[in-house]
Order: sequence, then C-alpha cells, then structure tokens
Amino acid sequence: MNKVVANATEAIAGLQSGMTLMLGGFGLCGIPENCIAAILASGASQLTCISNNAGVDDFGLGLLLQSRQIKKMVSSYVGENAEFERQLLAGELEVELLPQGTLAERIRAGGAGIPAFYTPAGVGTEVAQGKEVREFDGQMYLLEAWLRADFAFVKAWRGDTLGNLMYRGTARNFNPMMATAGRITVAEVEELVPAGALDPNQVHTPGIYVQRIFQGSHYEKRIEQRTVRK
Amino acid sequence: MLDKNGIARRIAQELRSGYYVNLGIGIPTLVANFIPPGIEVVLQSENGLLGIGPFPAEAEVDPDLINAGKQTVTMLPGSSLFSSADSFAMIRGGHVDLTILGAMEVSENGDIANWKVPGKMVKGMGGAMDLVASARNIIVAMQHCSKDGQSKLLKTCTLPITGLRCVKKIVTDMAVLDVLPQGGFRLRERAPGVSVAQIQAATEGKLVIDGEVPEITP
Repeated sequence: MNKVVANATEAIAGLQSGMTLMLGGFGLCGIPENCIAAILASGASQLTCISNNAGVDDFGLGLLLQSRQIKKMVSSYVGENAEFERQLLAGELEVELLPQGTLAERIRAGGAGIPAFYTPAGVGTEVAQGKEVREFDGQMYLLEAWLRADFAFVKAWRGDTLGNLMYRGTARNFNPMMATAGRITVAEVEELVPAGALDPNQVHTPGIYVQRIFQGSHYEKRIEQRTVRK
Repeated sequence: MLDKNGIARRIAQELRSGYYVNLGIGIPTLVANFIPPGIEVVLQSENGLLGIGPFPAEAEVDPDLINAGKQTVTMLPGSSLFSSADSFAMIRGGHVDLTILGAMEVSENGDIANWKVPGKMVKGMGGAMDLVASARNIIVAMQHCSKDGQSKLLKTCTLPITGLRCVKKIVTDMAVLDVLPQGGFRLRERAPGVSVAQIQAATEGKLVIDGEVPEITP
C-alpha cells in the first residue's frame, strides 16, 4: 500500500474544474497551505469549496478567490476578506452560509454514511427555508443532509506512511471530519514518519480515510489576531 | 452607565463553580477577566478547546492555538482538545451550562437577532445558531440602544432571527433584565446613575417593573 506522494502537485492529480472540495481549518489555523498553493497553480476553476471560512485577502482560500477559481463557498463565517465581499456583492460568487455545528455535522454524516439528520440549529431562521421541520419530544428540529466531496484536503501535524494522522492544538477543527468525507482525501503533514512510528493510542484520524499523504514544506502558519498578555 | 468592562464584570457575577461556559466574541470575551475569586469555571472555545487560558506572553504565541475569535490563547492545566464535530456535540447535547453572547436585537419573548443586516455585507452566523438553539442558559451582553439611539430591546425582532425564545437574561450598559417566560423584560437592576424612567424610555418592548429596582453593585 503506497499512499505517499512527493508533493502537493502530485497529491492533487485528477483535480478538475467544477469539482467539490473540502478544505480543513478554522480561520487560518490548520489549513492545507501546500495544497491550496497547488490548486492555485493548477488553474482548476468553477470550484465549490466547503470550508468553515474563506481565508483572508492574500492567504488561505483568499488566494483562490483572488484568482477567481471558486464558484461557490459553503461556510459558516466569511468575514475578514475584502475580495470575497466584492465578488459576493457583484454577484460573481455563490455562498451558502450554514451554522457552524451544522456544517461540521453534515461533513461528519457524509463520512459516516448517514444521508441526513435533525438538528435544532436554525429553526425559525432563514437557514430553515426549504428544509423539513419535525417535532421530537416537543421541540422542533431541521432536517439537514450530508456533505461529501470529490477531494478533501486536510492538514495534520504528524502522519505516517499508512495515512494515520495526529493533529496539534486547535489546528484539528474541521480536519478529522473532512478526512472522512472525501472521495479522495489528501493529507499534508508537517512531519511524515514511517508506519509504526506513531503511538496507535494517539492517532486521531485512522489511515483508512486517507488516500494520499505528503510532507508539506514552508509552512507560514499565519496568525490572524496575534493577541498577547500585557 | 456601564462601560464594556462594567457589563462583563456584572455578567461574571452570574458564573457558578462547575459551569462550562462558552463566551462569544466582543464583550463576552471580557467576562473571562472578571471571574470572581473562588469560582471555578471551564471556558469552551467552539473551535475545539476546553480550558481556555489567558492570552500568551510573546514567547508563548502558538499559531496552532487560537480561540473562536482567532486570537492566540493558552491552555490551562486540565485542558482538552477536540474536533469541531465534537465541539458542537457538546453544545447541541446540552453539556455547556451557560452561553454568553452579543446581540443586535432581543425581543420580549427571548428571540435573538445577531448575524445579519439585510443590505449590508453578511459575514455569517458562525456557531451562534447552534449555541442559541441548544444552550440551557443564555445571557446577552449588549448596548441598550444602537449607535443611532434605537432601542435594541424590542417587541419583535426586525432583523433576521438567529434563534427563537432562547435568551434568559440581558445585561446592557443601562440595566440587568430577565426575559419572562410569558414575555416581557423584567427590570432587575439599573446601572449607577441611570433612572427607571430612562430605561423605560430606551426599551421598546414590554418592560416589567415590580417594586424597587436596585443599582448594580460592582
């Protein structure tokens, strides 16, 4: 079993215009920097990107917005990005906004083979438009469908050659669920180790979910709100 | 009138030992600075951390460790880390005792609007809709009136709703109010130097006054 590829360019082989992608990260924390750079270089366009946020103007998914490669974003929060705002107001970009927990659970459901589930989030709001509402034990819930993707791009701290992954800090966020919901899941890691080098007790994402893995390089890990104690 | 820190300090008096608490962005984040001595709470960050510590010293800054406002943070001893799916399982599953968040409008039956102003840039609801749909106890921290002087405590919300009948208590720069189960804002306390008449004038929704209304004690 050989899941290891040399770099991000090899890892995105088969990526085509019009595909649906998942990209891990919360803000700029835990985003697949190397894969985003490779997608940018590939020129693939008309992409649907499922990601909690849309990066900032000159980093993260903001780079793919600048290059006009994204047709639609599926996110929970898209502030901090002037180009995003411009494209949205000009009608050049489609956006589906979802409650953050609903987004996370729709992705989890996609990976777990559960086509839909009921959640209380969004009942009585715009999010409920066109969705089934049903009562359980006197409370109302919305029916939400799973999300799956042609490619899921995740970022982990350490990974092994069998695709087992460990995340670090709050860089975990959406990465574990997205890893389960891609037809092809690509993991980029800061450190790639031989199978057997990770403690199985500490593995967050079992390798079964990962089709391709590589050790990334030149991680910038930009901080959005550098806040220090005075 | 209370300033932002004053609002945060008053809300901190609502904390009880053993609470797991989610703090929203803005004034709610400041509540962490005023946790009363002897009260032990655990702060939840919906991006996957229980046990948020203070902001880091310059040498401790870690890009892999941020809060939901994307600020760098630290972890306290006994912290735990988890995925966004686990985080919202905690929230929707009713395991978080108290949610404190900001609002643009609250109605007298406890509806909250805080995510969208039609015609302006829509940034998204983030985790707010999940939080308000499930939290057992929700306290709103906000200014009593908008910048152009309009009351934010209304009969009915005019902005798109975030959640229905969920707000239990509101702390503003002018007052502390409970949302009554049958509807209406019960005036509990007033900010130093603010009269009941001023609060009445600044409240569009039904204000319920029952007896003396004490000043907020800092």
